[in-house]
Formats: sequence, C-alpha cells, structure tokens
Amino acid sequence: MMQRLGRKGLLAAFSAMALLAAATPSPSVAANERFVLISHAPDSDSWWNTIKNAIKQAGEDFDVSVDYRNPSNGDLADMARLVEQAAARNYNGVVVSIADFSVLKKPIEMVVAKNIPVITINSGTQQQSEQLGALMHVGQPEYDAGYGAGQKAKAAGIKSFLCVNHYATNPSSFERCRGFAEAIGADYKKSTLDTGIDPNAVESKVSAYLRNNPGTQAVLALGPDSAVPSLRALQKMGLKSKIWFATFDLSEEIANGIKDGSVQFAIDQQPYLQGYIPVAILALSRQLKTNDVAVLQDKLKGNAKFQARLAEYGLAPIYGPRHISSGPGYITRDNLDKVLKYAGQYR
Amino acid sequence: MNTSDMVAQSSLPGPHADSDERMRRENLVSRLLGRPEFASLAGVILVFLVFGLTAGDSGMFNLDGVVNWMQVAAYLGIIAVAACLLMIGGEFDLSIGSMIGLAGMMVAIPTVYFGWPFWLAVLFAFAASMGLGWLNGYLVMKTRLPSFIVTLAFLFILRGLTLALSILFANRTIVSGVGERAAHDWLGQLLFSGNVGAGLFSWLARHGWIATVADGTPLVTGIPKVILWWAVVALAASFVLARTRLGNWIFAVGGDAVAAKNMGVPVRKVKIGLFVFTAFCACLFAVLQVGDFGSAAADRGLQKEFEAIIAAVIGGALLTGGYGSVIGACFGALIFGVVQIGITYTNLSSDWFRVFLGVMLLVAVLFNNFVRRRITEAK
Repeated sequence: MMQRLGRKGLLAAFSAMALLAAATPSPSVAANERFVLISHAPDSDSWWNTIKNAIKQAGEDFDVSVDYRNPSNGDLADMARLVEQAAARNYNGVVVSIADFSVLKKPIEMVVAKNIPVITINSGTQQQSEQLGALMHVGQPEYDAGYGAGQKAKAAGIKSFLCVNHYATNPSSFERCRGFAEAIGADYKKSTLDTGIDPNAVESKVSAYLRNNPGTQAVLALGPDSAVPSLRALQKMGLKSKIWFATFDLSEEIANGIKDGSVQFAIDQQPYLQGYIPVAILALSRQLKTNDVAVLQDKLKGNAKFQARLAEYGLAPIYGPRHISSGPGYITRDNLDKVLKYAGQYR
Repeated sequence: MNTSDMVAQSSLPGPHADSDERMRRENLVSRLLGRPEFASLAGVILVFLVFGLTAGDSGMFNLDGVVNWMQVAAYLGIIAVAACLLMIGGEFDLSIGSMIGLAGMMVAIPTVYFGWPFWLAVLFAFAASMGLGWLNGYLVMKTRLPSFIVTLAFLFILRGLTLALSILFANRTIVSGVGERAAHDWLGQLLFSGNVGAGLFSWLARHGWIATVADGTPLVTGIPKVILWWAVVALAASFVLARTRLGNWIFAVGGDAVAAKNMGVPVRKVKIGLFVFTAFCACLFAVLQVGDFGSAAADRGLQKEFEAIIAAVIGGALLTGGYGSVIGACFGALIFGVVQIGITYTNLSSDWFRVFLGVMLLVAVLFNNFVRRRITEAK
C-alpha cells in the first residue's frame, strides 16, 4: 500500500515535470544573429517590461534574436555570473546595464576580450561605459535628470523634499536624489529614505517620515515601485495634491496621477529606446561589419522601421557624438495622451 | 564513506553480511540504492544529459563556461555542506543568507572606512560570525525552542543589522573598493582572491590547448579559489562524518538526542559546534565573494539559506535529522548551479528556473523516500 502510494507520487511528479517542459513556451525561430540583454532588475520589477517588449520588436525589425537575462533576486553577484555566462556562450553582442561598476568590471572586460561588442544601458555613466570598452552608452545621466527635475521644483518654490528610494542597493539611485537636492538647496542625505521594494513597507515608511517631518513640501519618487505606494500614503494622510509630487518613470497609476493633478510630472527616460537602440546598433554593426559609431548612428537615423516605431510611440532620442541619451523627457498633462496609450508597454 | 544506515542500525547488532556470498551480491545493488546520495547522483547524471543534448554546442561545456557554472555550484556547495551537517545533526539554520550579508560588510567596512588591513578585517569577520553562530546554537540549546524559530529570528536580526550598521558606518548599502586591497594583502592573495594555477593555464594556452584572447593570454587564467575551497570543505566534512568519532556523534545527536545523551555523547557541544561551523561557512562564502567582486552589499546572500537546504535535501538529508550525506549535498549544489546557469544556455526563458527547481526538489525527495522505503522493507 505504502509502496504503491510512493510510486503514484513519483509518477505524478515526473509527469508534472514532463508537462512543464511541454508547457514552457518555445522561443521564436532563432535567427543567425544572437544578442543578449542583461539587466540588474529582480523578477518583480515591472519597469523592465517595456525594455523586454522593445528588444522583441527590435529583434523582429532587424531579424535577430535577443535573450533577456536578469538575476532573480536582484543580487548583483548573480548578475556578474550572467555576464560571464554571456561571454562563454559567444553571443554576437551583449547589452548590459552598469548597475555597479566595480562588480561588473571584470565580467564585462571578459566579454570585450572575446571581441564581442558591448553596449551599456540604463545605469552607469558614459565615462564608465568608455572605460569598459563598450561601443556606446544608451541611458539617462542620473544626476542631470534629478537636477532638471529639481530646477522645475525650485521654480514652483520648493525648498524641502523627501526622496523615496526603492532601490538603494544601486549606488546610482542616490545620484537622482542628490541632483534634485542640490537644485533646490536641500540636504540630500536627510531627505532620502531607503524603502526597499515591498509596497506595504514603502507606504508605511513614507507616512512615518511625513508624520515626523510635517514641513516637507515635496516628494520625489524614483520609480513606479516607490511612487505608487507613496501616492497611496499621501492619499490616506489627506495630502494628495497638497504636496508637490514628481516621480521618475511612468506606469498607469502615475499617468492617472498626472491627469488628476496629484503628480506634477514624470521624468521619462524612455526605456523603450534603451532596449531598441542597442539591439539595432549591434545588428547594424554586424550587418555593415563596422564599429564606427558615427556611421552606425547615421544608419540608425535613416532606418525606416526605427523611425516608424519612434513616430508610433512618440519617442525622441538625443544623439551625442558617441553616446545616445534616451532621456530625460518630462511627461506632463500636455503630452500625456500619447504616452498613456502605451504606458507600461512601450513607454 | 559508508555514511548511511549507521544510526538506524546502531541499536541493532550489525548483520554479518560477509559470511554469506549470496547476501553480498544482493547487497551491492541495494547498497548503492540505499546510499543517501543516490538520488542526487542520478539527478546530476540526468541534468548533464539534458543540457548535453540541449546546450551541448552553446559554449556551456567550454572551459570558460564550465568555470562559470562551477563557481555558482561552489559558492552554494560551501554553505550546502554546512547546512547538510547541521541537518544530519537534527538542527536547522535559516540565518545563513543573512550571515553572508553581515559577514561581507564586516570585511568591507573596516577595510574601506576604518583603514584596517584586509587580513585583520577577515579575521574579525570570522570571529564575529562564529560568535554569532555560537549564540544561535546556545539559544537553541538553552531555550529548547526549535532551531527553525530561533534562526528565523536571526534571519531578520542579522539582515537588519547589516542594513543598519552599513548605513551607520558607511552611509551606503553597497561598499566598493575592497577588491584592490584584497588582491594586495598577503592573506587575501594567499587564500581568497584571484585564481590558482595561472602558470599552468598560460602554459596550456601557449601550446594552444585552451582558448586565448587576442593578446595571447588565456581566456580562463586559472581555477577560481572558491572551487578549491568547496573541495576542501566538502572533503574535510566527509572525512569527519565517515571516519571520526565526531562524525558518529553528529549522526547520533540527529537520530535521537536523548539516547545519544544517555550514551555519553556531548549533545550540546556537538550541536553548538555545528552552528559555529555553519556560520564559519557562511563567512567563508562572504569573504570569497567580497574578494571576487570587490564589494559587499546589504542584500547579498538573499535566500541562500533555502538554496543550501534544497541542495542538502536533494542530496538525501532528512529534515528530521540523523540521515544525510555531504557528497549528496555537493551533488545537490552542482545540480543547482548547472540548472541555474544551464537554463540560460538553452532557449528556455529563465523565468522558469524556479519552477523547475521546486519540481526537482519534490521529485528528489519523493525518489529518496521511495528508495529508502524499498530498502527498509526489503530488509
């Protein structure tokens, strides 16, 4: 009797495994060019969905296949292993965010040493990108974005603020708070709150801070993961629309906040471009067998499919001599409709 | 290396299998099946077969690919060995992951902010971690609470301490700049940072037997020290378990603590010692990681305690104690590393990794139970 139960259980488990293997969606037909994008985001980070969609569309437009990889828990040590893995797998090109320069330096250099072209995105600076030997960096300079938002706040008469930081494990997150603080002349260390990404924790920490510092005039959230719970905290305290509120990035809830006036603006780094442009540049570089950034940028600007995507989603990259900035752009009531249509998908 | 059925049989007179030839032939098969690590060995073979077929030509089995997933397995293997010994001893430690985070900070902050030499910071981290491990064990023995509860509390206490202290002393949650200091420190150079066998690898590269980069240096410059540490820890633990009195004691306290105590086994000392050893392994993990990446972060080691326990369980350890195998736990860690990294070589989305892991855990445990029941019924 016991034995039979054991056998049944085994059978059930094995068939579950077989079913799983069968149910796992099979990937699209592999093209001859294989690229990979490695992010630092944990599985639970919704913001990267736009980039996942972007690399899929860039893959369709340029007929290449692109894998997305990330460390499940957001542990950068795991991310470093993924970068090494990409080198070992001999991808035709690697796109990677510089979440932490010192952790990723060695692995990225391993990729470069194998003559695999690298494009860095999102976090990190253009100088770091050049130091690592990458073709270019596609991102939004963090300090500048914070400073730009801070200048808009200063024009509105803001002198004190709270910076809600949900990803303090990434050192570059503090640059956003610092930029904003220096623009309005506040002490950024006293104004920054490390909340983690659990929405309930964010909400309760924000309410606690605002109760302890009732004179706070403004709240700056660093992304949907901190903005949405912060807004809920403000609403419960009856401060919604009374406190000047701005956030990085966009989600559907933030868009609704812009509509009803409780959010001044969202700083948009146009993540779609951070996914699409690197894949496009890498594909063109393989096609034309050149690493000349000027040539590649020209080709990209002249690419009809790329221009069609830009027009469709209302995106505008900022081309530099070597690097391409995906932001900052500000989403306000005026341009909200177009953005809203694609919020969380392509914007 | 016969680590199984020692305790189960300890109260019975041992059957003299050698006296009858027919018995021995039967025993060879059932002895193999009866080993606690059998399921995990089968698992390793299965996993290698699967990835050999699906990712054989993807670079996964090139030298740099192998070193890559071996490192994942080695880091996990070090703490899996500790978790396995502790589980054989009938206890449980959920604070391993938090201990990794804290130990990393105890190395990084003194080195970067207090100007300590790296070797002193490492010794301090080991001493403090093992002290906390002792406290863990002492509280478990003193309060008679299940170790699950006590170490669950420590999971939060240590993680919180890591965050609070790193903000207090360094004002940041990620402390970089340790790598250089570790590489130039005598102890760091000797034991924790960099690779072993650079001469051999460049010699192999000169003869064209391993891949090189453009300037002729080998792609893989040596064997990462973490892999050697894993081997050392695993072999030492296996030896202790199989060949020493302490090993028998570990099985005894896990099998039946009261009976062991009555037989004169120092139960408290053995169990507290196991907690100290677990903390030692967590600290070793952290020091190696800091040497590897040059930084410590407050969220390092998240969920590693569960990975270590999964590896030990796949390796045949029982949650109830008194049964298990260090080699099995190492196989468990190897499966873990190969699957985690291997999945990224196939075209499967890595989103499915955890699902596979959970299913594999269930299958391994069911398989272990099934085999064990067969064996015990047959006897």
